[in-house]
Amino acid sequence: MRISRHFTQETAWVVIAVSAFFTLAVMFWILYQVLREGLPLLHLSFFVDLPREMGRAGGISSTIIGTLALTAVAIVIATPLGVGTAIFLREYTREGRVSRIIRFGTDCLAGVPSIIFGLFGFVFFVIFLGLGWSILSGGLTLAVMILPTIICTAEEAIKSIPYSYREVSYGLGGTRWQTIRKVVLPNAFPGILTGVLLGVGRSVGETAAIILTAGSSFLMPDSLFSPIRTMAVHFYILAREGISMEMAYATGAGLIILILIINTTANWLLFRYVHKG
Amino acid sequence: MENHFKIVIRDFEVYYGEAMALKGLNLSIQPNQIFAVLGPARSGKTTLLKSLNRLTDLIFGANHKGQIFIDGQEIYGGNVSLPELRRRVGMVFDLPTALPMSIFENIAYGPRLKGIAGRTRLGEIVETSLTAAVLWDEVKDRLHSSALRLSGGQQQRLCIARMLALEPEVLMLDEPCSGLDPISTASIERSLVSLKEKYTILLVPHNIQQASRVADRVGFFLGGELIEEGPSEGIFTRPRMKKTEDYISGRFG
Repeated sequence: MRISRHFTQETAWVVIAVSAFFTLAVMFWILYQVLREGLPLLHLSFFVDLPREMGRAGGISSTIIGTLALTAVAIVIATPLGVGTAIFLREYTREGRVSRIIRFGTDCLAGVPSIIFGLFGFVFFVIFLGLGWSILSGGLTLAVMILPTIICTAEEAIKSIPYSYREVSYGLGGTRWQTIRKVVLPNAFPGILTGVLLGVGRSVGETAAIILTAGSSFLMPDSLFSPIRTMAVHFYILAREGISMEMAYATGAGLIILILIINTTANWLLFRYVHKG
Repeated sequence: MENHFKIVIRDFEVYYGEAMALKGLNLSIQPNQIFAVLGPARSGKTTLLKSLNRLTDLIFGANHKGQIFIDGQEIYGGNVSLPELRRRVGMVFDLPTALPMSIFENIAYGPRLKGIAGRTRLGEIVETSLTAAVLWDEVKDRLHSSALRLSGGQQQRLCIARMLALEPEVLMLDEPCSGLDPISTASIERSLVSLKEKYTILLVPHNIQQASRVADRVGFFLGGELIEEGPSEGIFTRPRMKKTEDYISGRFG
């Protein structure tokens, strides 16, 4: 018996709808679980107080600062490097041996598990460079880790800009750098921002590499050389060591809220940027 | 060097990899004239234009032989500044490409690169250029809205205005009227005729009629070779070469 075209259409629709439903369902279930347990504990004091009794009581202020500082260091270092590499690959070299080697290198970096980055950071930044367990060591390690993502998304963004734009710019007497600065980068900005956001997400959620390079002290950091604990690490330790499941959920809820704030801000920036003209 | 010629091309050849796009070209172009570059697709017209401001340099695998002189200066010589050359020899491409910015910024793009920054000075340049390209009246009230919202024909005139804003010496227009209605075409042609008072113009015409309407001299290209070159009355009424005659009488092309 031949299967009717109508039947195939219906089946395809059902399969696609079910997968979409499952994806959403899983996401909402996780959110629901964490927020149901965590939200009731979220008071202002939870965000502004330091952790006490190993995290059994008090708040998570130092871990919020730790998370933000570490992510900021990683982004500030990785963005210029990553965007620079992408510009080099797209605007300064032809496809050839050099660009293939760079691309092979970034592909390999992208596939390395984060604990390996942690180990590298520990050996190189913490011990060899003598930076100790610190925001700087952790930030540098995260920067290396998110670099491939930023390179890859920035390169795609730059690649998607029509050749004719560049031709126009050169034709009007633009130098290569003027063309990059005035035509290539502004138009690649939304794509680059996407890559940076993926990097932020990865930095905020990372634990293993951070414990190895930034330590897990929950004291308030006072410089880039202080060890810190991020919210994700705090969550991990609270749950893993059985210190307090309630506080763990509350930290998780805080983390979700932080990520929502970062993504909303970025989307708002992007919207303003795209619709300014 | 013959002094009364603006552009002198000697034994010039362009290759894209193995493929030859221009063959042994010898051509001299006088100032204050419209020179029409005529020929079917892939006859080397665009390559000729892009060679004159060295946009061929951007094309991977493009090579050249021979010499091109503009005002007696060898443009492929060692001490030529490319941005400077491209400001002197402006080009409008066959596909109108507005940059994704406002109309004002599109026109001000070139002058800004040159270092002109004053708002009033830029404003004057924008108005003069848009007026010369017969676009001012249509856009004067929305200079700061996106140029991408202009129609195809408007974008084409925007590109012409953008080139004029640099006050080049040589204007090169690659089918500047391909997306225009007959009325805009007529106004562009009128402005081209008045522009030749100041500039040397190379035009890849939209069709043979256009060439006969505006051109002073015509060069007919086929397969990268200059077949025939001369005053436009001559070419259109008494072509010397069989191939030229076949083309202008519409037997091919």
